[in-house]
Amino acid sequence: MSDIVLEARDVTRTFMISGGFMKPKRPLHAVNGIDLRIRQGEVLALVGESGCGKTTLAKMLLGLLPPTNGSLELDGNPIETMDRLRIAQTVQPIFQDPYSSLNPRKSIGSIITLPLKVQGDKDPGTWRKRADEIMELVGLPRRVYNNYPSQLSGGQRQRVAIARALINRPRIVICDEPTSALDVSVQSQILNLLQDLREELGLTYLVISHNLAVVEHMATRVAVMYLGRIVEEEDADTLFDTPKHPYSKALLESVLTPDPSLGVPDTHLGAAYPNPLDMPSGCRFHPRCIKAMTHCSTIAPRKIPFGDGHVECHLYDENEGKGMLAS
Amino acid sequence: MTIDTAKAPATMENQEPSPGAMMRKRVFSHWGFMIGAIVLIAIFLMALLAPYISPGDPFDQVLSRKLIPPIWSDSAKATWDHPLGTDHLGRDYMTRLFYGARISLLIGFGAMLISGVIGTTLGVLAGYYGGRVDMVVNFIITTRLSMPVVLVALAVVSIVGSSLTVVIWVLGLLIWDRFAVVMRSATQQVRALDFVTSAQALGCSTPRILLTEVMPNITNHLIVIATLEMAHAILLEAALSFLGLGVQPPEPSWGLMISEAKGMIFFDPWLITIPGLALFALVLSINLLGDGIRDVTAPENRN
Amino acid sequence: MPEKPDSKRVLEVRRLNVEIPVPGGMLRPVQDVSLHVDRGETLCVVGESGCGKSLTSLAIMDLLPSKANRTCDEMQLSGDNVFHIGERAMSDIRGDRMSMIFQEPMTSLNPAYTIGNQLAEALQRHRKVSSDEARERAIYLLEKVGITAAASRLGQYPHQLSGGLRQRVMIAMALMCGPDLIIADEPTTALDVTIQAQILHLLADLQREFRMGMILITHDLGVVARIADRVAVMYAGQVVETGTADQIFNAPQHPYTRGLLDCIPIPGKTKRGARLGAIPGIVPSLVGHMQGCHFASRCPQLHEACKMKNIDLLPTAQSGHVCRCLLTQGSDAAARKAEGAVS
Repeated sequence: MSDIVLEARDVTRTFMISGGFMKPKRPLHAVNGIDLRIRQGEVLALVGESGCGKTTLAKMLLGLLPPTNGSLELDGNPIETMDRLRIAQTVQPIFQDPYSSLNPRKSIGSIITLPLKVQGDKDPGTWRKRADEIMELVGLPRRVYNNYPSQLSGGQRQRVAIARALINRPRIVICDEPTSALDVSVQSQILNLLQDLREELGLTYLVISHNLAVVEHMATRVAVMYLGRIVEEEDADTLFDTPKHPYSKALLESVLTPDPSLGVPDTHLGAAYPNPLDMPSGCRFHPRCIKAMTHCSTIAPRKIPFGDGHVECHLYDENEGKGMLAS
Repeated sequence: MTIDTAKAPATMENQEPSPGAMMRKRVFSHWGFMIGAIVLIAIFLMALLAPYISPGDPFDQVLSRKLIPPIWSDSAKATWDHPLGTDHLGRDYMTRLFYGARISLLIGFGAMLISGVIGTTLGVLAGYYGGRVDMVVNFIITTRLSMPVVLVALAVVSIVGSSLTVVIWVLGLLIWDRFAVVMRSATQQVRALDFVTSAQALGCSTPRILLTEVMPNITNHLIVIATLEMAHAILLEAALSFLGLGVQPPEPSWGLMISEAKGMIFFDPWLITIPGLALFALVLSINLLGDGIRDVTAPENRN
Repeated sequence: MPEKPDSKRVLEVRRLNVEIPVPGGMLRPVQDVSLHVDRGETLCVVGESGCGKSLTSLAIMDLLPSKANRTCDEMQLSGDNVFHIGERAMSDIRGDRMSMIFQEPMTSLNPAYTIGNQLAEALQRHRKVSSDEARERAIYLLEKVGITAAASRLGQYPHQLSGGLRQRVMIAMALMCGPDLIIADEPTTALDVTIQAQILHLLADLQREFRMGMILITHDLGVVARIADRVAVMYAGQVVETGTADQIFNAPQHPYTRGLLDCIPIPGKTKRGARLGAIPGIVPSLVGHMQGCHFASRCPQLHEACKMKNIDLLPTAQSGHVCRCLLTQGSDAAARKAEGAVS
């Protein structure tokens, strides 16, 4: 497809972690061989638990962290060769915590216009006008221009963060848990705003979240990440209707919809999230998987294409799984 | 298209005053800060206006009028010509005290500035970059910490020779360790915050991030350490002068005044008490001010 | 553990108020809160940040900051008064007859002691038992909370355990003395979704098995719906609605509860990308006294009468369902008309 705006090819990022006093450093594969394509206009959700590497991946996609291996391309150009300012024009992040994402020593106005200054925008006379425009678009009253972040509510701060990300009209926005630090009633406002802005400005979103209710609400495609790998990628409808990977199923079962007629689900997952320094052999998920077979602990599953997406699981490998598709 | 949520924040009230206004309020209600500031300003004015408010000349020796006690003593020799009396060479003690304040403040300020620049640079770079840079800076800090300040200062001064400039530079080059340690950890904390990542993602250059994103958020720590180190430098200067290796006579340094008076402690105790008290008041006021600044600036970050 | 069959009610709190002096007046974060929990029942206290739900639990445990002042008409634990009984008597009760589970298991376990030490201490603080007996009970409970190889875990330190395991240890510790009441303050908020489901499952099982009363404090409506027998919705320091989970989720009465339920996307029900409901405005300041309904500034169904006087928590048409709203108290028409409709 030609409308791929951001692509990761076999991307790996390894950190060297000190093993303790007088012990050698050990490698931590935060992201381990990931392929990801983000197409113009879609909302791709990256789902996974903490420590699965989704934030590391996001940093690489923003050009803030070089991959150890593999390549990243923005509009077909390798990100490593691109100027930071050019990446910044196209991709912008929105962070989880609006309390730490705004510099407490700067006024709202100078936070929102920072991108214009950084890009060397020639005409400072228009800064105020452009700030006013974007503030209106994200629903911020003009009078907060001279306020400081400590004077704003959590929802307003998140709007400031969104305004800062959008003032240079990027095409791709990476939202890292955009609502999980907010109260329920504010959360819905921010979700609505993100949807409106997407339509109005034709944005492409990568939404990183562990909140599957939010993901189901927003996403058009979903990639499920587990210990540095994408174990399943599908369009959202297919994934939410018929999840294939046992981990995707467990994640979906863990979603607590507010329905008092249902009890607390039993996901049958093993309790322990493995230590990423001591990665399980074979399929990474096998120690927690209820459908683990003998060869799961020795052979790493390969990527099996499925319609528009793929899944990495021996259950679906025709050469080995032998008709175990039904669950 | 309309965004109906836009109406929501319009109803909100920004009741909270601006950070500046809140800070002013806290400053004026903080006793330690106010006392420290007032005493320090008084000493500063004393130093600044020394030529105009002094009763005499700091170097004029009138041996016939030596060792006149201050006016509060019962002695018949006490006179308003010399409110704080004279020293063993007949120099007016109040004048020497005023001029001594200049030297103490100059050394405190100069040494603090030099050590602040060195320590902050090292600390901020180590905290921001981490990794190898951090390792190197830590090694330098550890090396510096293993050197006894007073002994090294004594050795250097005795080799290079003693003067005001030498003392300022020696102290400045020796006491930057606390700046480096505190700035390093403060930078590490700020660096981990999302607004720094956001500035990186906006394409800000590293110097810009350090100056506009990191520095404003660690200045309160910086000011506190600066006051502590200023007091530290003033005390070190007094100690060096007392040992005869700091400021050289006949310059009127407080440390030197104490040193010169030590032989007369049993007969003319005011000679040692007056500069001692002055030193105490100066160091105390600087420390009060530093503590006050920490208290006054801290709560803003907690919100 | 000894059972008290005569007293079915584990906790009864009536008209609890908390006041904290702040610069600029008196902050009143908990106002007129009444709660009760029966044996074997789970009460969920739900609300957004700053609604006073955590302070309510701390007030019940008498763990408020020292400058806070609490008043209360009645506070009974299994029939015994536990209000203003003195710090010594209270600390005998805390961890014994009622215990608490906090949000962040890393900071509520002492990093300097082993799991075994801390579990045994929790029991030996209140009971005269030998170390062996304490150890035995610790192993028993660790197995109960789903920790494998429990005996070998006793020698481990908190930092050697994952977040989910630490929370399990916290739960085991809270159960050491067989409490009548457990207060869990956001016990799963710091955990991953799959772990959250497991911990909630565990809590529900244990509570049924030991027939404890449980107060679960959370902001997550999904958690509430799945685990609660009864729900108390808090807003701006007050309980605005209390009822069974079914009543609250299927027939919410208070406009705030309704607004809150509209705000969350429900997989399968809310259309993808559709607009979610929103509650405009912000929570009012709780400094000083407030006239009228606390939700008045954000309520879509505001009437003149709402701002006139304080509104009481009164029963609605359904049994066990109380609501602090003029609309539900008497007929709508009456409410609309009259300032004097509610006494």
